[in-house]
Amino acid sequence: MTLMLYIACVLMGWLNVYAAVYSPESQTSLFDMSTNAGKQLMWIGTTVLLIIAILVINYRFWDTFAFVIYGLTILSLLLVLVAGSNVNGSRSWFKFGAFSIQPAEFAKLGTALALARYIDYPGVNLNKLKDQLWCAGIIALPAVLIIASNETGSMLVFASFIIMLYREGLPGIYPLIGIVVVTLFILTLIVPKLYLFIAILALGGITFFLTPHYQRSVQNVLAIVVSAVAMIAIVAGVDFFVNDVLQPHQQNRIRVLINPAADPLGAGWNVTQAKIAIGSGRMSGKGFLEGTQTKFDFVPEQSTDFIFCTIGEEHGFVGSLIVVGLFVMLLCRIVLLAEKQRTRFARVYGYAVAGIIFFHVMINIGMTIGLMPVIGIPLPFFSYGGSSLWSFSILLFIFLKLDSRRVGMFTR
Amino acid sequence: MIENRKYIIISVFCLIGLVYLSRLFYLQILDDSYSLESSSNSIKRVIEIPYRGQIYDRNGKLIVFNTPVYDLYVTPKKVYIPDTAAFCRLMNLERTEFDSIMANAKAYSPVKPSLFLRQLSKEDFARIQDALVDYRGFEHVTSSMRTYPAHTMANAVGYVSEVSKKQLDEQETPYYRQGDYIGQSGLEKQYESVLRGRRGIKFVMQNVRGVVKGSWKNGAFDTLAVAGANLYTGIDVEIQQYADTLMQNKVGSVVAIEPATGQILCMVSAPTYDPNILSSRYFSKNYAKLARNPYKPLINRPVSASYRPGSTFKLIQAVIALQDGVISPASAFSHAGVPMKCHGHPGGIHLDGAVQYSCNPYFYHVFRRMLYNNEERNTFVASARGLEDWHERVSKFGIGQKLGVDLPSELKGNLPGADYYDKIYGEKRWKFSTIYSLSIGEGELLINPLKMANVAAIMANRGWFYTPHLVSGIGKPGQGIDPKYLEKHEVGIDAKHFEPVVEGMQMAVEHGTVMGLARIPGIVMCGKTGTSQNRKGDDHSIFVAFAPRENPKIAIAVFVENGKWGGSAAAPVASLIIERYLKRRVDNKRLDEYIKSKSFLPVIEPPQKPAPPKKPEPPKDTARKPMIVRSQPRPVLRTEPQPLNPKPGQTSGN
Repeated sequence: MTLMLYIACVLMGWLNVYAAVYSPESQTSLFDMSTNAGKQLMWIGTTVLLIIAILVINYRFWDTFAFVIYGLTILSLLLVLVAGSNVNGSRSWFKFGAFSIQPAEFAKLGTALALARYIDYPGVNLNKLKDQLWCAGIIALPAVLIIASNETGSMLVFASFIIMLYREGLPGIYPLIGIVVVTLFILTLIVPKLYLFIAILALGGITFFLTPHYQRSVQNVLAIVVSAVAMIAIVAGVDFFVNDVLQPHQQNRIRVLINPAADPLGAGWNVTQAKIAIGSGRMSGKGFLEGTQTKFDFVPEQSTDFIFCTIGEEHGFVGSLIVVGLFVMLLCRIVLLAEKQRTRFARVYGYAVAGIIFFHVMINIGMTIGLMPVIGIPLPFFSYGGSSLWSFSILLFIFLKLDSRRVGMFTR
Repeated sequence: MIENRKYIIISVFCLIGLVYLSRLFYLQILDDSYSLESSSNSIKRVIEIPYRGQIYDRNGKLIVFNTPVYDLYVTPKKVYIPDTAAFCRLMNLERTEFDSIMANAKAYSPVKPSLFLRQLSKEDFARIQDALVDYRGFEHVTSSMRTYPAHTMANAVGYVSEVSKKQLDEQETPYYRQGDYIGQSGLEKQYESVLRGRRGIKFVMQNVRGVVKGSWKNGAFDTLAVAGANLYTGIDVEIQQYADTLMQNKVGSVVAIEPATGQILCMVSAPTYDPNILSSRYFSKNYAKLARNPYKPLINRPVSASYRPGSTFKLIQAVIALQDGVISPASAFSHAGVPMKCHGHPGGIHLDGAVQYSCNPYFYHVFRRMLYNNEERNTFVASARGLEDWHERVSKFGIGQKLGVDLPSELKGNLPGADYYDKIYGEKRWKFSTIYSLSIGEGELLINPLKMANVAAIMANRGWFYTPHLVSGIGKPGQGIDPKYLEKHEVGIDAKHFEPVVEGMQMAVEHGTVMGLARIPGIVMCGKTGTSQNRKGDDHSIFVAFAPRENPKIAIAVFVENGKWGGSAAAPVASLIIERYLKRRVDNKRLDEYIKSKSFLPVIEPPQKPAPPKKPEPPKDTARKPMIVRSQPRPVLRTEPQPLNPKPGQTSGN
């Protein structure tokens, strides 16, 4: 079942990469090695080899060598800072001839394994601050290294582990704080700050008065006051954060999200063109290879980050529905499988995989339809690129291998 | 408790999926603005300009056609030139010119083609094309240029040029775009809508840099360009060219009409120019030169110049008087007491003799009888009523109104009526003795050469005419023209009243006001001279005629400005054209040489003081022609016109 979903995704991705690079004047073959589509086929081939390898390797291997793999990825992240080639201002690629590999993609795998391994230790309780800190540390180390190599987008993916941690007993307050912070951040950009201050104070006041008398302990009141002050501080800090911490292109991406019409030919170009491409697909799309927006370079990065535009334009709402549906089904399937795992390691790992895929899909599709800021991360299994295809496949198939032990398939 | 968190997580997944799907639903299904934007984004309309219609003469000879020319375009990014010096030699360019063209092209766009050289001739292009295989980044676009193989009829055909800003702004339905060509005068303007054809529209797909990527939907929505319709005219190019040579070194007009159909056989406006100079890439330079020329070659004189008809007008006076019964062919009048002089002629002449010798006193009496041909006692009232009747009768000859020829810029001229004089002198303050100069075609009358040619056609037809027109067929010969040109107009005079006048016209040619040499051996030509008084210089010479007398084939009007007498300048021109048309050759070589050698180009010193008026001052200038100043285009021989064969009885119209 999962395997079928996976194959469907990869094949659709491949065809759409072909459509994205297809040009009516030079009718390249689907298998032409000089185009992205041809290369993608090669990546798919090597991925199959990898998958076979994974299925052959004893499941114990991942459990046992989780920290070793983590260590290797950290090492490669360090190495790429020194020896990587510079692509678009970020030093995060190893080049091997015509092909490039991005270690950041594999860092997710290493981190997922390491977290699973750590949480699998008997007695680890995510309600305890010490274990929380350990987990945060495991996540933060690669994240910091990735920021150092200027790939902020990939770093954000590490936030997806919060889904897994939440499942494993991380107090609900953490994701809640995260959601509140993000909400406040966006609100600050849209609504004048003064209104937000008033609203926060009002909210604090209401919470205080709604609290029954017998619960108005010093502790609770203090909590309200502290959270109100913290919120105000966040709101006040947004400007500083946007203007001084983010780089100019990142600032633009956030502004464009709020108001894409502000600069349709400049910073808003990608988003506007992506929306035009998807919007022009209507119900059933323009047909395979018939897309005009994506094919004629109106949408940049069409075979990688903006691959969803090709789907939306050429296959319309039906195609988009199928793709979104596939991902939702895949995610639910992984979560349900993870729940059935007998070992905590396998379950934690499954949730981590689901979280990573979910985060990628949410950001990637979200940015093409104008719901998320433009963050350069690929759409799992669809986007052109060996690193991402490899890493997602490895992620998924390790989980399938772990799962197979449960049902007794592929065991040795 | 914690077990249940999986449901929360799954519902978050599904929720996000639903949010995204609804957003997609909105973008793709509900909001069609994105879809529209996509078409304008990547689908580009390319306009195909059709061939403009060609223009033929009555014998199928080409007057105007299109020559293919080649515009060379360059795409800077693709350019590969191994040896720039050799390339510049090939293109006939200086290195600096080449550099500046390339710099402009690069500035416009490195990937889109920009104009490199325009309007290369077929010969130039053939030479370049062979060598172009060594270079890359150049491509050509075929376009066309109007070409006039007969080098004639510049004014009647008109010219084509880029549509002006004003025309762009004023067009009712937006058809033209910047850079389009449009007929600016003459037939090119009059028949613009049929000549231009229909533009084709091709939809092509382009990428983000505007580079064309092939046709859209395999051309399912493309419309093909439809070439413009050809025009078939009644012009006889041979006659036209011959008339051009006769009119060299003269200012004036020749209009010849086929009386039976109203088709114009030739239409000369002198001085003229080679129409080809206005279709080349040197249009603006040449146009400016023509516009500065003091002889105003850009005015189409046959329709846009105004003269007083002079004695040629007596033809109309005579037939109207006969129809009204105020005279008979045998009427005779005394010269006594008439305030107009007459030139010597035998006494006791009748109407035909009066036409023959262009007797002014005779027509003084004729006009007087016409005005007083009513029962009013008061001479003022009687004159006003008489003039009104007269006005109505003369109008039927097309005088004082637009004939409706298929050319733009036709002038109405002037045919004064009672209202007109009421305004000048006041009601009942004028009578025959105030306006008698109308009787001999002077005074406030204004006509153009085309109208007088039409009068000649009316005389030839003995009382009817077809509206003169140039084009006799649109698309196919003899088809598609405005039905108004197929409608016969009667002038309200019985055919029998024309005979005595026609007799007089024949006598005028044979031994009357026309110089002897202007007779055509073997052809009976009927004509009437006229001398249009000109206060600014020598009088204008006018001649109207038709031939042969029975079953006429050609009616003609010739105007030679400053040609003095009708008989000595205009009549020989008309005679030669008629001979050439009817015999297809000219036997009268002496006259041919004589008239070609004559120059009547006015020599104008610094503006003169107006000469003291001899007659009741007309409110308008004698001729509305602009004052003409001498200038350079042709060597001007200032020779007095000398009648070759002076006869004792020769007189001029007035």
